[in-house]
Amino acid sequence: MLQFQGSDTYIASEELMRSVNIAIALQKPLLIKGEPGTGKTMLAESIAENLKMGLTIWNIKSTTKAQDGLYVYDTVQRLYDSQFGTAGVEDIGKYIRLGKLGEAFQKTEKSILLIDEIDKADLEFPNDLLWELDKMEFYIPETGKTIKAQERPIVIITSNAEKELPDAFLRRCIFHYIAFPTPEMMEQIVRAHYPNLEQKLIDKALEAFYNLREIPGMSKKPGTSELLDWLQALVIGGVDPDKLKKSLPFVGVLLKKTEDLQLVGL
Amino acid sequence: MFTNFLYILRDYGMKTSLNEWNSLLDALELNLNEASLLEFYYTARAILVKKESDYDKFDQAFGAYFKGVEDSSTFPPDLKKWLAKAMAETMYNKDEVDAIWGNMTLEEIQKLMEQRLREQKEAHNGGTKWVGTGGQTAFGHSGYAPKGIRVGGIGHRRSALKIAEERNFRDFRDDDVLQIRQFQIALRKLRLLSNKDEAPKTELDIDETIEETCKQAGQLRIVMKRPRKNQTKLMLLMDSGGSMWAYADLCSRLFKAVNESSQFKDLKTYYFHNIFYDNLFTDPSCRWMSRINTDWVFHNIKNEYKVIIVGDASMAPSELLLKNGNIDYYRGNEESGLTWLKKLKKRYPAVIWLNPLHVKLWHYDYSSRTIGMVEETVPMFPLTVHGLEDGIKELLEKA
Repeated sequence: MLQFQGSDTYIASEELMRSVNIAIALQKPLLIKGEPGTGKTMLAESIAENLKMGLTIWNIKSTTKAQDGLYVYDTVQRLYDSQFGTAGVEDIGKYIRLGKLGEAFQKTEKSILLIDEIDKADLEFPNDLLWELDKMEFYIPETGKTIKAQERPIVIITSNAEKELPDAFLRRCIFHYIAFPTPEMMEQIVRAHYPNLEQKLIDKALEAFYNLREIPGMSKKPGTSELLDWLQALVIGGVDPDKLKKSLPFVGVLLKKTEDLQLVGL
Repeated sequence: MFTNFLYILRDYGMKTSLNEWNSLLDALELNLNEASLLEFYYTARAILVKKESDYDKFDQAFGAYFKGVEDSSTFPPDLKKWLAKAMAETMYNKDEVDAIWGNMTLEEIQKLMEQRLREQKEAHNGGTKWVGTGGQTAFGHSGYAPKGIRVGGIGHRRSALKIAEERNFRDFRDDDVLQIRQFQIALRKLRLLSNKDEAPKTELDIDETIEETCKQAGQLRIVMKRPRKNQTKLMLLMDSGGSMWAYADLCSRLFKAVNESSQFKDLKTYYFHNIFYDNLFTDPSCRWMSRINTDWVFHNIKNEYKVIIVGDASMAPSELLLKNGNIDYYRGNEESGLTWLKKLKKRYPAVIWLNPLHVKLWHYDYSSRTIGMVEETVPMFPLTVHGLEDGIKELLEKA
């Protein structure tokens, strides 16, 4: 059986690894929720790397429709072509473009499909994908063809909890909520990325980082990726760890919003 | 088999379906749980729980079903206490449990329970893992379960027990089924349709397309336009707790209506207790950790926002008029509540106050004296569908 073990640069909690392995074994989509910056998207990359599989990423936006992931029939191009008598206009198949889901189904080897930030889309979006994710196939009426996955991809879905997902959809998923890493775990994560950092710098930086997160009213709390960038900035800038107590150099790396910067008084 | 567990889960309010239950059985068949209770716990949780706000219910049900392990005298006292309270009246069949989990050692079971306890403590301190369970504790206060607190909101340092002892609170987002449609329809009037947005042009402009195509002597020229979108931004300030309890239902209806009509371009919600001073709160419990500076709000939330205040405006006159009149005396206030209200009015021209109290009671007795004072500053309407409609008219006029 495939077993996900985490990777060199991605520290997964034991619970998370277990959930991944359950989802793989039961062939069900794995729904990952959690605060921004807890590495939801990174997880899919890490699984792909760990299990040596291809990764297809489908980024969901507010305008994404379920259909976009299956295929797009480029009628406009066909109409244009017909006006100029381009060869091959009678072949509809030429104007069918597979979406990300279709792409993943076409792969001949077992691969990973990441549906990123599914909650960005319309409320009904997840429901429109129920059949496709269950059966791993879809039908193209225009050409009369059925696209069926040759190898069921491992499906990872992430959500930022912007919208509630429909129950019917949830019932088909394995669910895991990634809690924000504890300081101890965060240290491990930092170590995985920068093995040669001074202990003192890590301690002081983590302390400042978690203090910052505690400030109420922050509209965008800094996450793991911000912390990693910040540490790099501190190293490059040659900042003395002791100074972190009084001031926060390069705070712009951690806080991205003007109102948050004002809130911490910088 | 241990089908009972399914029913216990459902008793604790989880909506576990047969589908999911079968998945769990499949997983057991595949021997994913490696015959340890700990593994079983995580496997079952991953398959059966679909929302982080349900983790707590699952834990309770799990504790209830595996009550048999409580007999051991080696458990730490707080664990026992927790077990005792969480499991109040649930039946279990010890033989059945033993038959299934007989191969487990007591150490394994104990380890699991200890881990749960440890995790729970850590989590409440960190305030991230148990987000969504908020003040809902494993201590039998499920009636006030504040499900669905905004994830990734403010990280509070919470201790579940302490909160249970404090003022009970309810998150207005809770999913009780209420007739909110009427409110929603009223709120729809607040829409301000406009397409002067930076949104992508995703809609086919049929008229322009025909026009342009004709100009090109029949060669197709497609014209896209921006979809029309609601531009209204709304700030909701809600009185929470105290005398407002009587109207919690009504307010929750309004809150849900506002929230669900995703028609607003932006919606900000803050809470206060009776009247606000230099701090507002980001959750209905008005706990100190969730405070947010009122000046900050005024500064950062532009005056194009329309403001709806919901509250009964009934309080001791000192709370409204005096320095340090705050009902939470230890918090104090430099300026009176009325001054803050005037500041709000000055900053946001479009502001109304919705009062759940029946209009007849507004000028009835001593306790409602403050209503008159508030009413002089901010136009007040009853929290009824009609009142809301009138209020919305007022908001639109001031725009």
